[in-house]
Amino acid sequence: MASSPASRPLAAVPPSPAKPVPVAAKAQTGAEALIRCLEREGVEYVFGLSGGAAMPIFDALVDSKIKLILVRHEQGATHMADGYARSTGKPGVVLVTSGPGATNTVTGLLTALMDSCPMIVLTGQTISPMLGKDAFQEADVTGITYPVVKHSYLVKNPNDIPRVTREAFHLATSGRPGPVLIDLPKDVTSAPCTAPFVDEVDLPGYIVPGRAEPDLLKKAAALIAKSHKPVLYVGHGAVISGAGPAIMKLAEKLQAPIVNTLLGKGACAEDHALHQGMLGMHGTAYANKTVTNCDMIMAIGARWDDRITGKLSEFCLGATKIHIDIDRAEFNKIVRPDVSIAADAKLAIEELLPLVDKLDTGDWLKQIADWRKQFPLKYQKRGGLRAQHVLDRLDDLGGRDCILTTDVGQHQMWAAQFCLTTKNRHWLSSGGAGTMGYGFPAAIGAQFANPGKKVWCIVGDGGFQMTLCELATAALHKLPVKILIINNAYLGMVRQWQELFFDNRLSGVDLEGNPDFVKLAGAYGIKGWRIKRPAEVDRVLKAAMEWNEGPCLIDAEVIKEDNVFPMIPAGAALRDMIIERPKQKMAKPEGST
Amino acid sequence: MSAAAAATVATPDSPAAPLHTISILVRNKPGVLVRIALVFARRGYNIESLVVSTDVANGDFSRMTITCSGQPETLEQIIKQVTKLIDVVHAFDHTGQAVYETEVGLVKLKCAITERTEILQIAELYSAKVVDYGVDSLIVRIVGAKEKLDVFLDLLRTYQIVELVRSGKIIMTRGLATT
Repeated sequence: MASSPASRPLAAVPPSPAKPVPVAAKAQTGAEALIRCLEREGVEYVFGLSGGAAMPIFDALVDSKIKLILVRHEQGATHMADGYARSTGKPGVVLVTSGPGATNTVTGLLTALMDSCPMIVLTGQTISPMLGKDAFQEADVTGITYPVVKHSYLVKNPNDIPRVTREAFHLATSGRPGPVLIDLPKDVTSAPCTAPFVDEVDLPGYIVPGRAEPDLLKKAAALIAKSHKPVLYVGHGAVISGAGPAIMKLAEKLQAPIVNTLLGKGACAEDHALHQGMLGMHGTAYANKTVTNCDMIMAIGARWDDRITGKLSEFCLGATKIHIDIDRAEFNKIVRPDVSIAADAKLAIEELLPLVDKLDTGDWLKQIADWRKQFPLKYQKRGGLRAQHVLDRLDDLGGRDCILTTDVGQHQMWAAQFCLTTKNRHWLSSGGAGTMGYGFPAAIGAQFANPGKKVWCIVGDGGFQMTLCELATAALHKLPVKILIINNAYLGMVRQWQELFFDNRLSGVDLEGNPDFVKLAGAYGIKGWRIKRPAEVDRVLKAAMEWNEGPCLIDAEVIKEDNVFPMIPAGAALRDMIIERPKQKMAKPEGST
Repeated sequence: MSAAAAATVATPDSPAAPLHTISILVRNKPGVLVRIALVFARRGYNIESLVVSTDVANGDFSRMTITCSGQPETLEQIIKQVTKLIDVVHAFDHTGQAVYETEVGLVKLKCAITERTEILQIAELYSAKVVDYGVDSLIVRIVGAKEKLDVFLDLLRTYQIVELVRSGKIIMTRGLATT
């Protein structure tokens, strides 16, 4: 038989002793037990929107020290919890009602699952005798959400609540983190719960890789030793594991360049001399040239996404591949590495460090430095206000010390290019799912979690309108979130593709009818500025940076038809990167989306 | 018999994709079957047979035996995704390994008294048993490896088969190895 995969589990269960603690002297309801469980897990905030089936839970919250943040739409609650989670590493908690309340969390669940974000989503449900009978606001929520959760529960017995809640938090935060949904019928949350709290979980088969197999590390070290043109390819797993400092030590010891993915931004400081920035579809030219020409690539908590590899059959030809990931299912999924190490990224790199020595990479680093000079990130300084200019200035005016969230599209890629991330968990962006509407609520969640930090939300005019109802939430709590709208009155990334690959036949991209965003902010009592000319950029950015009386908004009206470069058309090889606007018509891309 | 599971079946719509037998030990929780089925469905994989029952020794667990055809690389990924499910304790592809496999088939035949001698002779050759003897029908039960059932049922096709039920394959690894 196939032997069980070898690993040294850190701990499948938390080490704390299993002392059954009586729930309370008097019987409490399932909902009250649930809230006590959340308090025991250290939950500070619950992001939610009430409704009939969740009323017992909202009622129990009244007596809790947990702060309820009432949102204006359930999708916003999920992204707030996501922003809270990504900026802290602690799970974000969402509470919504049954039926449409629950289905409105599906996009947020997908976003969290694709980007390995710990989240607990509590959904009210109709009373259990009515399950499956088309009751008012009933939906088969566990059924609808199976593909977008790490795990889920439908609680049928109030005495299961303490165990289920403990398991849910353990699952959401351990191993490869992800969202866990708990569906709670109203009769279950109303009924007495007499079960004790639990500390330990019993999940046979859920084995979380911890330290790496020593033999695999030795094998990896031997392959590294042979390399003259190495590159460390750093992903979100490195951020989650806090592996950045260890990776920096490894890079400095080897004298190896680093590149990171969109979500890997912040694991290692992007302003370090060995760092070449982001790779992939809109990565820097020098990062992509480094990867194309390397002889050894080591993926650290990254999953060889199609945005990274481009045409797979031409990706890193001839290069040795080492893959470190906590999720075994990522091995051999896209590429077949020479060594696959199932481990926590930080522990693996720390144990790899003593096994490696400095490599002879002088020529390699010189070559990369030449590429940097030859193909720098650049933009036109004339001809109107450009998004790149605004973001470049934000980076210079203190953006590097702020938590940045983005939405999805052109502004996201420009922000990734021009706003360097130097601190872990300071870059929050929807990568895998590419969820428009993510950025603004995520910034709210991050600001709740980090009251002492400045949080900037960089959004497009399209995505902002998907969740802008949360302006009320931000204004009510006087959160000093800074909203920077890169407003080109287009769904710009799609327009760019239509220009390049579809004969500029624009279809479904013109956002004619946009509101006056500054007036809109005013309607919520929020300070707003408009920027139309490059000369106004610094003054407004500085003013926003210092604004502390609640949220503020900048509507940067940038030139409408600008494109993100470099660009690797979907499905093309990395070497087919386009550095600037092509003169001739291009073939339609073959890759996914 | 053991290696037979690795045999390829070339049917018109599945061009010689290898047939795999996968054994999965799961926690006996609601929804676990759906979660596993979704992993196969997401890749567009068709499950050819599926046998599920609780573990007799410990009711907290269930055993699933799945047969499906597909390319080994894709199936490797599917098994990893199945293993990743929280309620799955382990999942193994036993293709090519030393396993004992068996399956049960029930066939209902419409037949007059005069046709029965031949059918009973075939049944006896295959150690099949007549489990229902009606006025104008028979139910025959056959136990054995998939290939034995295939041949036996082919032979019976010359008679009037009214209903046919196959349990799907179950397997157990030989020796002390874990299934």
